[in-house]
Amino acid sequence: MKYQTQKVALYYFVGALVLFLAQVTFGALAGAVYVWPNLLAEALPFNIIRMIHTNSLIVWLLMGFMGAAYYLVPEEAETEIYSPLIAKIQFWLFLFGGAAAIVGYIMGVHGGREFLEQPLWIKLAIVGVMLMFLFNLSMTVLKGRKTAVSMIMIVGLWMVALLFLFAFYNPVNLVLDKIFWWFVVHLWVEGVWELIMASILAFLMIKMTGVDREIVEKWLYLIVSLALFTGLLGTGHHYYWIGTPGYWQWIGSVFSTLEVAPFFAMVLFTFYMVWKGGRKHPNNAAILWALGCSVFAFFGAGVWGFLHTLANVNYFTHGTQVTAAHGHLAFYGAYVMVNLAIMTYAIPKLLGREPYNQMLNMWGFWITSSGVAFMTFTLTFAGVIQAHVQRFLGESYMDVQDQMMFFYQLRLGSGVVVVIGAFIVVYSLLVPGRETQRVKSSAQTQPAE
Amino acid sequence: MNERLSISAARNIFYGGTIFFAVIFVGLVINSVNYATDPETSNVEELNEKVALGKEVWERHSCINCHSLLGEGAYFAPELGNVWTRRGGEDDAEGASDYIKEWMKAQPTGIEGRRQMPQFNLSDEELNGLVEFFKWTNGINTQNWPPNEEG
Repeated sequence: MKYQTQKVALYYFVGALVLFLAQVTFGALAGAVYVWPNLLAEALPFNIIRMIHTNSLIVWLLMGFMGAAYYLVPEEAETEIYSPLIAKIQFWLFLFGGAAAIVGYIMGVHGGREFLEQPLWIKLAIVGVMLMFLFNLSMTVLKGRKTAVSMIMIVGLWMVALLFLFAFYNPVNLVLDKIFWWFVVHLWVEGVWELIMASILAFLMIKMTGVDREIVEKWLYLIVSLALFTGLLGTGHHYYWIGTPGYWQWIGSVFSTLEVAPFFAMVLFTFYMVWKGGRKHPNNAAILWALGCSVFAFFGAGVWGFLHTLANVNYFTHGTQVTAAHGHLAFYGAYVMVNLAIMTYAIPKLLGREPYNQMLNMWGFWITSSGVAFMTFTLTFAGVIQAHVQRFLGESYMDVQDQMMFFYQLRLGSGVVVVIGAFIVVYSLLVPGRETQRVKSSAQTQPAE
Repeated sequence: MNERLSISAARNIFYGGTIFFAVIFVGLVINSVNYATDPETSNVEELNEKVALGKEVWERHSCINCHSLLGEGAYFAPELGNVWTRRGGEDDAEGASDYIKEWMKAQPTGIEGRRQMPQFNLSDEELNGLVEFFKWTNGINTQNWPPNEEG
């Protein structure tokens, strides 16, 4: 850590990690309802559990991105944050908004568009928080050095805020509703979030491998170019069956297939940089998360996305558990892992410590990743059965669901493993432990005075 | 990475290319909005206040977080975009309407080992709106999706 004001990132990282635990716990609970359908049926119906699961995911990922921005922009711009006070107020407002939304959901206060269930006043608060954040960050960059890493990150974050404005447009016509709902959902996760993800990875590569910045930044431009050139028209794969013209089946199939390219480029990029750098960085866990991120994102977003993106395949798989399988692996690989990578790198620095709990953190990596991978396999099998028996053979939905129970049981098991892994990762990051390292570092680095 | 590609050239490719693809995308979206609001190519003329009320009821109770609608949603409960066809609404509108309303009133079933739908205590007006919303949604031109009436 080079600049004092980078410290505000710690608020965001801690808040994000706590919400991460809530997210996976509610996910496991939802998985349990699949296996024991009467569980909590009256007290906390499935739709409420699920919206807490998805909303806490979105909030903590965004909170992590904000923390990452507050950490890396000062180092890139070589200046202190414009206003650390705004950053702190903005954090508490965001946390309050997220918590209020969840409490409201439990009490039955929610709107009803998937992922955009927040009541109007919370949506407005989110816009307010984003404006404070973007103002603060933009002012920081304006007074400092402008690098490709920080510029792409800020462009990505501005686009996140602008696209969120479509959440306020809810026409009576369901077709229009869906067209513009995807402006938030698809253009976030298959568009501008990739800019944020790529810039965080680029920052980590510069810091940890020692490869020349110019090489890293060219790769960064290549990756984000591929992401948007394919991802914008790739939106078409959501416009196949919702009342939009038939030509989307061609455009969506072609461009969303090409969406694999930026993720493949990220695998090449991270492995090539780590190999080329050759320098041994002490934070092995952070390197593991960064490499794991590109690999899991490639499989989750790339391969599992391609699996059901062609229109004639999607005709049978649309709205089955195949989609759920893809969703879980893609979010974990791309956005959970990039957050955990930057946190594993930055939190020790923010605490002024050498990397700690490395083994525990890496155990957490393998346990969580195995759990999510196995969950993806079980849901994929379940989805293939569903597509075949329900869509080809025409058996009724609930009859088919009963035939998938075995896979739902396996999914619950893997979900519990994910929760255990997540607790290990969070523990390894937030509980640094004291004596041995503190004594050692003070003996080594502090001159006698 | 290629050394002949300068960093500013890479940047210009990124911004220029993004604008290029964004313009094409916006153009196609405008075309799609026209398609979805043109009486020739859509059922937009059948939209009415009852459908609007039904959509509002659908959203107020977050039905999408269990069910799916045109394949989008939670996959925990059946697809409802074509529930009108599945319950025979095209041959017997009154029968299908009654079926859906009685179904809503009978929840939760409380049957052990079966997924439970909450009781939402909807008024008759709200139930009628919901039925109209399902009927209208059933009429959307979905390029023949889903493959069969089971959704």
